[in-house]
Order: sequence, then structure tokens, then C-alpha cells
Amino acid sequence: MAVTLRPGAPARSPLDVAKIRADFPILATTVHGKPLVYLDNAATSQQPRSVIDAMSGVFEEHNANIHRGVYEYSERTTAAFEESREKVARLIGARDSREVIFVRNATEGVNLVAYSWGRDNIKRGDRIISTVLEHHSDFVPWQQLAKDVGAEVVVVDIDDEGRLRRDQLSAELRKGAKLLAFTHTSNGLGVVNPVKEIVTEAHAAGATVLLDAAQAVPHTPVDVRELDCDFLVFSGHKMLAPPGSGAVWGRLELLERMRPFLYGGDMISRVSVERTEWNELPWKFEAGTSSYVDAIGLGAAVDYLTAVGLAKIHEHERFLAGYALPRLTEIPGVTLYGPKTTDDRVGVISFNIEGIHPHDVATIFDREGVCVRAGHHCNQLLMTRLGCAATTRASFYLYNTTDEVDALVRAIHSAKKVFGV
Amino acid sequence: MDDMYRDYILDHYKNPRNSGDLPGATNTYADSNPLCGDEITMALLIDDGKVADVRFKGKGCAISQASASILTEEIKGKTLDEIKAIDRDHILQNLGIPISPARVKCALLSLKTLKGAAWGLPAWPGEEEAKTAG
Repeated sequence: MAVTLRPGAPARSPLDVAKIRADFPILATTVHGKPLVYLDNAATSQQPRSVIDAMSGVFEEHNANIHRGVYEYSERTTAAFEESREKVARLIGARDSREVIFVRNATEGVNLVAYSWGRDNIKRGDRIISTVLEHHSDFVPWQQLAKDVGAEVVVVDIDDEGRLRRDQLSAELRKGAKLLAFTHTSNGLGVVNPVKEIVTEAHAAGATVLLDAAQAVPHTPVDVRELDCDFLVFSGHKMLAPPGSGAVWGRLELLERMRPFLYGGDMISRVSVERTEWNELPWKFEAGTSSYVDAIGLGAAVDYLTAVGLAKIHEHERFLAGYALPRLTEIPGVTLYGPKTTDDRVGVISFNIEGIHPHDVATIFDREGVCVRAGHHCNQLLMTRLGCAATTRASFYLYNTTDEVDALVRAIHSAKKVFGV
Repeated sequence: MDDMYRDYILDHYKNPRNSGDLPGATNTYADSNPLCGDEITMALLIDDGKVADVRFKGKGCAISQASASILTEEIKGKTLDEIKAIDRDHILQNLGIPISPARVKCALLSLKTLKGAAWGLPAWPGEEEAKTAG
């Protein structure tokens, strides 16, 4: 199929990438004797020295459990943990840092909302609107909730370029829905949804809106007040922070009315044999010892991203996508999925090479030092819609270069040579 | 350039032996690796306790399909007991290439479907389970 690329990508990157790369120790390593070309950022990102130092600093200098001790080290660690919450709140434009709940990842964030808000608000016969673009983390919790309470999940389709079918979404919203749970940016296709328009429409139809921002918060400015969603979730490990960090943001008035998700230590204010009173927000939702070192790492990652500038990071990734898309398109036998423009897509590029399974592609790439994801990307609804079992996916971040895109192109040619296609 | 993609592996992938339907099959079992989308259906014609014929159908990566092709070549004429005794090490040895840990499941899907067929297992998931999981 001939592909016409529409213009729109920036002509150059606004970032000093060489300077950024020097901050990431892992980027200087080699794999199978080749320089590491890390293009799996939609799966997880790498950590700059400042994040590693912030975390080892806790262990080496003042580690103690948070919210409990009345001694110096506990107070210092608690302060660093709560300061991270303030940083995250500022990053996403939250009115109040009590609206930011630390969780392990976006998946846990969706589950928190599904169990806590969902079980009190979604009843038999209610409708939940989802989309074919959703990561399993934003689909399976709703599917299972619907099964448990007798609700219905409706899945909105995409068009052939991967854009959400707005006509279908509007029609479903008109029929009424308790919840719209959808993604800001697709982890499978890189397509960016017109979030604000969709949220406005959903609210007009009376639906509460959860936004999966796991592929957005790391890559572009996100402001919960501007987007006007009701819940937003994201993972720290996709934004230079360690695995085990992440957050769910919710409107204060919703969070206050919600029951806790997990019960136990730290989330209580008073316990007797007969009853328990919950702690205040946000700690009502943070049972047990939090992954506080990870959360402190997330705070350091927010500092790093803010210093570089998320608008610039977004431009850089659009620049790389604009560089990569035509180069991949012109390779015979390569099929690209998703929009063929950088207007409403980011640097997540899913493709297939005719005659080679994505896992074979990724194995051959690995020998060239090129790390990509091969598989269904926790996105089986999308794979079914695309009519393929799997794709190969390259995904960019602030530290990637055009040289690395060239390495990706060379790796595709190597794979084709090995398979004689 | 790559130890895993030797010529005979690619040959089995592109020209799979014993590929297709097996009319009159007595034992059939299908399975997949959801992670990568590899699929294999193994069909046996068992006569007098021995494999009189075998065919497989599938799609997926070179490792999974070559593994199935190689396996079907060696099992004709074997008894059910001999088939049930084939183990994972045997499959990996027969492939004759270094299989990275992430790809072992690809290599072993052929064995999984062969065992399912040999033991006469029902398809997975069972019909009842499929309905409730629907």
C-alpha cells in the first residue's frame, strides 16, 4: 500500500541530546558488542544519574519508614516522600497534592479506581465505554468489574489509520454511560486522542472519565485541570523513574467519598475491635509501607523532565517520528500501523516485516544492540482489530537520536537478509 | 550473523514438513502462546498404538514452526508411550541452536501440542471455561 506522508514534523530537535545522554549511565553500555540502541521506551524508560542518586541517597543517608517515626531520619524520608507528591501534583496541574495517590504503576491506579469508585458507582445494567486502543491495564479491570456487577462494557473502534471512531464514541455516549475509560496516547500505535474534546463530550453525557496517561505524562505536558478528566493514572517507570512508582490522580470530591482500596497499616486513623476510621487523603489509599524510595525517585525524575521541558521532549519525539516514518515506509515489505503523520501521533512506531514474525525480528535486532518490543504490547484488542497477532514496536524518548533510527533501519535490512525476504 | 537462524531452521520455517490437514486424524490438539501469537494444531492418526501419520498447522515465529516441522519428522512410527516420553531437552537438542530464555516457549509449543494430542486432552480452554471467560 502506498503511503503519503503529510508534513508536520519539526525540522530539528530542540534538545541537546548528547548532553542528555551523558546523564544516563546505561546508554554508554554495549550489548552483544554493539552500542546499546534502546528503543523500547513505551515499555519502560532508563534512569538518569540524578534519579539513581536520589534513591541511593535515601539508602545511604537517611532511610527509615515514613509517617511513623518521630526521629530525624524518619522525618527526613517522610519529607522527601511528600515533597515528591508535591512535585507530581505540580507536574500534572493538580489543585491539591492530596489528589495524588502513589501506587506501583498505572495498572494499580486503574484497579484502585475500579475497586473503590467502581464498586460503589457502577451497578447492574450500567454501561462502561472503553476503546480498542486500551492497554489491558485499562480494559481488564473494567471488564471484570462489569462481570461482577452485571454492567456492560462497550468497546469503541478505530478507523484504518488507528484514530478513534468519534462517530461511534458519540453514539455510545448518547445512549448513556457511567464511565468512559480511555487512553490519552496509544501504547500500540502512538496515536494521540483529542482528549479535551472527548472529555467535554463525555461529561455532557453524564459520564465520569478516567484517563490512562501512561504514554502521555512522560512525553508531553499534561494538565488535569485543562483536560478536565475525573481520574488520571500513569506509571513512573515510563518517565525515567524506577519501577514500583506511579500515581493515580482523582478529583478531591470524588476521592473523599470513595472507600479505601487496600486495608491495613497507615491508611487508618483509629482502630477498635468494632470499627476503623480511615486516614485522611491521600493516605487513606496508601495502605502498608509505600514504595517510598521509588516515589522519591519519581520526584527526582519529575525534576529532570521539568528541567529539560516536556514541551521540548514532545517536539523532539515528533522530530524523531518524522525522521523515522518515511525511512521505514520506503523499505519494501514493511507495513506501518497508525497515523502516517506526526500531527496526532508520537514516537511509538509499530510495524511488521512481511515474512518475518515480530519475535524473530526482535531477536535479530537484539544481536545488533537494538532493543524493541515484539508482541501484542498488552493490547490484544488492538492486535485483533489490526488483524495481526503481534507487531514490532520501536518507541522513542528524549535521549534517542537520528543515528539510532538509522541503526533501526539497518537492523530491519539485516532481518530481511537473514530471512531472505 | 545469527546462531539461531541457521539455514535448516529457516528451511523448516519456509518449507514445513508434514504441514496441513490430516483427514481421519484420531487425536488433535491446538494451543498457542498468547504472548507472541504462535499457534500450532497437531493432528495424529494413531493406529495400533503407533503414529501412522501426523500433520501440523500453525503460524508464528520461525522457532515455533521449525520446531514443529522437525518434531513431526521424527515421530512417525513411534508408539504413544515413546511420544509421551519426549521431553523438553530432547526438543531443544533437536533444534540444535542456542535458544535464549525468552524464546524457549516458542520452541516448546510443538511439544505441548504433541503431548496434548497424545494424551487425548480436550481443547484448551474447555468449552465451559471459554463461555464463562467470554
